[in-house]
Amino acid sequence: MSNILAIAQKELKGYFATPIGYIVIGMFALLWGWFYYVMLIIFNQQSLQLGGLEGGNADINSQLIRPLFLNASVILLFVLPLVTMRIYSEEKRSGTIELLLTSPLTDVQIIIGKFLGAMTLYAAMLAITAIHVGLLFSYGNPEWRVVVIGYLGLLLMGGCFISVGLLISSMTKNQIVSGMITFAVFLMLWVINWPASFVGPNTQNILNYLSITEHFDDFTKGILDTKHLVYYFSVMAFGLFLTARSVDTERWKG
Amino acid sequence: MIEVQHLTKRYGPVTAVDDISFTVERGEILGFLGPNGAGKTTTMRVLTGYMPPTGGKAIVAGYDVFEQPIEAKRRIGYLPETPPLYPDMTVREYLSFVAKIKGVARAERKARVEEMMRKTHILDVAHRHCGKLSKGYRQRVGLAQALMHNPDVLILDEPTAGLDPKQIIETRQLIRGLAGDHTIILSTHILPEVSQTCQRVVIINRGKVVAVDTPDNLTSRLRGSETMYLQVDAAGADAASVLQRISGVTRVAAADSKQHVVGYEVDSETGRDVRRELAAAVVSRGWGLLEMRPMRMSLEEIFLHVTTEEEPHAAAAEEVVP
Repeated sequence: MSNILAIAQKELKGYFATPIGYIVIGMFALLWGWFYYVMLIIFNQQSLQLGGLEGGNADINSQLIRPLFLNASVILLFVLPLVTMRIYSEEKRSGTIELLLTSPLTDVQIIIGKFLGAMTLYAAMLAITAIHVGLLFSYGNPEWRVVVIGYLGLLLMGGCFISVGLLISSMTKNQIVSGMITFAVFLMLWVINWPASFVGPNTQNILNYLSITEHFDDFTKGILDTKHLVYYFSVMAFGLFLTARSVDTERWKG
Repeated sequence: MIEVQHLTKRYGPVTAVDDISFTVERGEILGFLGPNGAGKTTTMRVLTGYMPPTGGKAIVAGYDVFEQPIEAKRRIGYLPETPPLYPDMTVREYLSFVAKIKGVARAERKARVEEMMRKTHILDVAHRHCGKLSKGYRQRVGLAQALMHNPDVLILDEPTAGLDPKQIIETRQLIRGLAGDHTIILSTHILPEVSQTCQRVVIINRGKVVAVDTPDNLTSRLRGSETMYLQVDAAGADAASVLQRISGVTRVAAADSKQHVVGYEVDSETGRDVRRELAAAVVSRGWGLLEMRPMRMSLEEIFLHVTTEEEPHAAAAEEVVP
């Protein structure tokens, strides 16, 4: 356990020793802030219009917070490859992988440590957005359960992206290659169910099931469904498992 | 302490290490010598558990590197060819991280890091970022890293590569000082380094072990005959034939001459000491004996001898420079 924490801590420090940690957090906060601003304006207009009608009222959860979460999932597609692309590639390029692989650590400890390091950075990104959402509580009355479940969904979805990114990073020593492939794979996982409307019902189910972002939808509605939890945890576990296989294969290749 | 048995490593169709076996005793310094691409680094990477072998096994400090990798790695310190430094960490941060992952107990970590920095003379750069260090400092930080958990076995891949002469001498002294407590394997293609630091040498070429011995034995084993170098002042014209007549002398050749001073190479039968007769012959004729010393085959020549195939002896003989 202390080995895992040592690696996680090193990873996290690594993000902030270079500008990358600040850039990732800053850009995410900027984009989130922009979406927040735009949607708040739209929401205000809507609630004014609705308020003019008798008894009408806009729902802050479904009309402001939910679209925000959905937009965040798109921002993540662009931001998370920047977080994961260096994780293994950098170590392979600089040769520090030799230090890790010849230290008394297991591959699993290294992988989990790296995963946790990236997850902590991601959690810090999300923590900043809590400021915006927190403000809503002081001026409106959103339902906190829905917000918490939404954040849980974001965290799990990001975990899936990170585990896939980690896998891709373990396969190349070139950060650009790693980042580009990760980005393409993330996009694919997002749009894979777009043909759902014109393919047969079976294919539709499969495509919907494969799409990482599709599973996020229920979380934004405040629904905590075991099926989605199982899906997210399986994707994460599978990603990490494949990373372990990949690291082992690379080791054989030398 | 280290036992390598029939180790083979193939990368696809390329065989980098081909069935090599050797052992290293506790406290010994073993030199690993070979031209570039001979398989030195591959062997070391297998020994440190960085990569598995295609065949054979390696036992370090009593643990099979592949059956019990964690136990074996606890007892191995490894300095790869490029020191594995994180450029964005300061030296102290880096060594603290190393101490953590090498399993140095929390209470001892701080003291251990300081001790290693003192031992490798890097205290003055403790606050610098690893990426900003000069080659010499990087190498020493790498060495501190390898020594961090006080391993029984140290494996150093070209520890003096890229250092300036003063640093090379310091590093060699440091390594020699470590022997006894640690069993050391170091690879190099710099030959004097081997004769100065190592007790035993393994020469490998194209993935195969071509010679294992002490530097001294290697030198004498490969010497077919004893050769003396003789410098004589004001020698007569018949000097060469005078020397040739001494019993036991097989060949006399003039090696160089400067004004009155002539240098001769005198070969004699192996095991026969002709120095007394040579000196007597020169002095009794009233010539000046300025210098007389045995010429030995240097490690360079041995190295060439065992690693080149086309007429190595001839090539080596030509390079004997008095």
